[in-house]
Amino acid sequence: MALERSDVEKIAHLARLGLDDAELPRTTETLNDILGLIDRMQAVDTHGIEPLAHPLEATQRLRPDEVTESNRRDAYQAIAPAVENGLYLVPKVIE
Amino acid sequence: MHRLTLAQIARGLAAKDFSAVELSEALLARIGQFDPQLNSFITVTADHARAQAQAADARRAAGENGALLGAPIAHKDLFCTQGVRTSCASKILDNFVSPYDATVVEKLAAAGCVSLGKLNMDEFAMGSANESSHYGPVRNPWNLECVPGGSSGGSAAAVAARLIPAATGSDTGGSIRQPAALTNLTGIKPTYGRVSRWGMIAYASSLDQGGPLARTAEDCALLLGAMAGFDPKDSTCVDQPVDDYLAALNRPLAGLRIGLPREYFGAGLDPRLSDAVMACVEVLKKLGATVKEIGLPNMQHAIPAYYVIAPAEASSNLSRFDGVRFGYRCENPVNLEDLYKRSRGEGFGAEVKRRIMVGTYALSAGYYDAYYLKAQKIRRLIRSDFIGAFQEVDVILGPTTPNPAWKLGEKSSDPIAAYLEDIYTITANLAGIPGLSMPAGFVDGLPVGVQLLAPYFQEGRLLNVAHQYQQATDWHQRAPEGF
Amino acid sequence: MQWETVIGLEIHAQLATRSKIFSGSATTFGAEPNTQASLIDLGMPGTLPVLNEEAVRMAVKFGLAIEAEIGHTNVFARKNYFYPDLPKGYQTSQMDKPIVGKGYLDITLEDGTVKRIGITRAHLEEDAGKSLHEDFHGMSGIDLNRAGTPLLEIVSEPDICSAKEAVAYVKAIHALVRYLGICDGNMAEGSLRCDCNVSVRPKGQEAFGTRAEIKNVNSFRFIERAINHELQRQIELIEDGGKVVQETRLYDPNKDETRSMRSKEEANDYRYFPCPDLLPVVIEPGFLDEVRAGLPELPGEKRARFEHEHGLSAYDANVLSASRELADYFEQVQQVCGDAKLAANWVMGELSSLLNKDNLEIDRSPVSAAQLGGMILRIKDNTISGKIAKMVFEALAAGEGDSADAIIERKGLKQVTDSGAIEAVLDEVLAANAAQVEQYRASDEAKRAKMFGFFVGQAMKASKGKANPGQVNELLKKKLEG
Repeated sequence: MALERSDVEKIAHLARLGLDDAELPRTTETLNDILGLIDRMQAVDTHGIEPLAHPLEATQRLRPDEVTESNRRDAYQAIAPAVENGLYLVPKVIE
Repeated sequence: MHRLTLAQIARGLAAKDFSAVELSEALLARIGQFDPQLNSFITVTADHARAQAQAADARRAAGENGALLGAPIAHKDLFCTQGVRTSCASKILDNFVSPYDATVVEKLAAAGCVSLGKLNMDEFAMGSANESSHYGPVRNPWNLECVPGGSSGGSAAAVAARLIPAATGSDTGGSIRQPAALTNLTGIKPTYGRVSRWGMIAYASSLDQGGPLARTAEDCALLLGAMAGFDPKDSTCVDQPVDDYLAALNRPLAGLRIGLPREYFGAGLDPRLSDAVMACVEVLKKLGATVKEIGLPNMQHAIPAYYVIAPAEASSNLSRFDGVRFGYRCENPVNLEDLYKRSRGEGFGAEVKRRIMVGTYALSAGYYDAYYLKAQKIRRLIRSDFIGAFQEVDVILGPTTPNPAWKLGEKSSDPIAAYLEDIYTITANLAGIPGLSMPAGFVDGLPVGVQLLAPYFQEGRLLNVAHQYQQATDWHQRAPEGF
Repeated sequence: MQWETVIGLEIHAQLATRSKIFSGSATTFGAEPNTQASLIDLGMPGTLPVLNEEAVRMAVKFGLAIEAEIGHTNVFARKNYFYPDLPKGYQTSQMDKPIVGKGYLDITLEDGTVKRIGITRAHLEEDAGKSLHEDFHGMSGIDLNRAGTPLLEIVSEPDICSAKEAVAYVKAIHALVRYLGICDGNMAEGSLRCDCNVSVRPKGQEAFGTRAEIKNVNSFRFIERAINHELQRQIELIEDGGKVVQETRLYDPNKDETRSMRSKEEANDYRYFPCPDLLPVVIEPGFLDEVRAGLPELPGEKRARFEHEHGLSAYDANVLSASRELADYFEQVQQVCGDAKLAANWVMGELSSLLNKDNLEIDRSPVSAAQLGGMILRIKDNTISGKIAKMVFEALAAGEGDSADAIIERKGLKQVTDSGAIEAVLDEVLAANAAQVEQYRASDEAKRAKMFGFFVGQAMKASKGKANPGQVNELLKKKLEG
């Protein structure tokens, strides 16, 4: 299943990764190499096998409904790129 | 002092041969002197270390005597350290000063460890050579032209060069065991869920585990004992009491059943490595172990399965790096799309972007079944292989890597070649079982390691076998020239 | 061309837990921006989610109330997309294995008939933050207080056939979640949000038409208007030869129209996969039993009981069981006065008018259930007449007394029931109106009926309204007969 340049552009867009036009051919080639490696899986017969999402057959623990956090806005926003009046700033979101 | 193991340091501090402050000063000086050749540290936290060392000495003076009180270590730079840069060796986190401590960091600090800094690694733990770091590659102290392995390359190089006696690392596909093997160290990846992942910046959530790298199994036992344990903040962390790893070290090996998978010794393995492995087996037999051949028939499918699952989880885990709340933001974004694409495009390195794209593709509409689901099914097959094997044997033994350390740049332009280095280590992550690598000899002057695998929660067994082996051999005591 | 409407609704109910679904942050509404956003809520590197037990319990309560299948295991999945109010770049939700499976809800339509609306599923997920677009010099401001609040997404089958039915369904869900105590239903604050999937097809056609989704309609009135507008738009479009595009639209209440959301138009590939930081959630039979035992009486059960136990009409039972607070109020009144019919009349009549006039909810009623019940008791034991009771009720509402008795006492409103006293009054009235009495006695049935009222009026006036009307009628008739 070989990827075309346009496929790679779509994937990069889905992942919001800015790719240089110059990088594209090389990236496409490398991705196809990796997909070639991965495609070896198709030879395996996995009929009737359940997928394994977690190595241990454990189940989710529940925590009690308690407020355990306090306001740490100043500490957390000290490392933010752009903040005003306690809000994180981003280029305008158009709805 | 730099030649002392953690265990020896503990005795020395207890005997007041030296103080924690003296010890950390000496090591800080060594780091200053030797690290420029290795590039194993991203951040050295000298003042912080001094404060911790003083506190440790004070605690000891007040009557405390824990084995790690005053022990100098360093953390792989994916463990969040409050007030200190935590970069994951990435430009996108170059300016990220963590607002909190990882559980592993907290636990080791509580035990009295003195952290000298943050160690270099492959960017976001994706790599087997530590060549993808934003801060430059790390060099192997055994041969400065060679890679130290990855992704915990900085941890391995620093410990191997005796800059620190031990370090924390993380292992998703072999990133503790493989660099340990290439630098003559002992490293252990615990059972999945044994060590808390809270504060350990995620690469592949269902595969990642934190663990120690050190020069001896005893040191690993010391450090792992303090790192492991239930953490309610990590839903995948298991609520199971931590074994006394130190007590387990001295059990005799009589009756130990060792399994040698026939699939390990195929065409790709350098025969000199194979020889080293068999020599190790002979030592263990003399110590009372028996050996039999076993099969791990689905092992050959591990690499493709891993290179779907890990990138898929990573592609999602790394979406939070978007220039909005922390980390790198591109200059003058013109709109939201531009903010995301340029912050991430400029902030991530090539290998990280590749894996994000592979992962994105594997999860995308129309490909999920053929890739992600298929890989999860193979994962179950691999786990079944181990469950079956452990009915007949107590540990599985083999080479940690197919070859010793390679030259810098040799595999950096061929990702697939690098991926194939993981052949022996990856299956343990997929199945979640614990794995250890220990020094077992040299090939062309470069260290080679033997890997031991055990059933779930039998880290004690692994450390026991390694420790007994290290009582009967001295590979692990060799040090690289010039350090 | 005859058209048929097909509507499915997705309702997001914010669960009324104290803390968020995956973190211990508070969920209180209206806090200063980002003061309720913890490391986990901010998606800080290295953070991990842990599931809130109460969110699970509330979802299960809902599932039991709609008679749904509740699977042994349910799984959280990541829905991946980029948006600034989504800090991790994915929303933790549920895909293949939701906590609540197929169920149903019966709704009562305007004509009194009951219709069963299928519910496909309900699942748990985390809410996103908010974007504020007031000008920060060309930027938007992101507040993540809301990020991580637990939501229950309730998906209906496409069983709804009109805007009015849709409103009835949303009202029924609204009442149910409030009944269960799992959501405060405050649509203005966004506690309950509704997305409407609307399509049309020619009458008789089996295949569904293309649907459009109207997002985030936040009042019953707007839901009706938005749906009707959208239906009209679609029909006009098709009749003009166009095709309905599958898209997301937003309802503008100011212009009363829906418009396309351009920014979300491109199809999103969400790349759902099970969240590796969370393990499968197991619902043990013991837990189900525990939750079931703790369920309050549900609206349907209450309605039925009101009909059977209290003998109310279907209509009255439906009105009084609409909300738990109203039902409880009614029952308390009934308990005090022992008369369900009178209680129902007073609650649905005078009390309702009073509350509507001042735009009050029943929990803010100036007349308590105990007070109203006490007053009705005095009607029943003839202390006051129904007419006087209205005065007493108003006085209670105005806070002029703690109880009906206190007011009756203070204002001397006691009904006169002593026959002797009433006879004396009547004798006076008849004596004062001898001519009319003569006229009455000389008239036929029909004319007598008309004149009777005059004498009653006079008697009431003379007794300052306090004479028991029933006795007045009875005694007056006797006296007039001669």
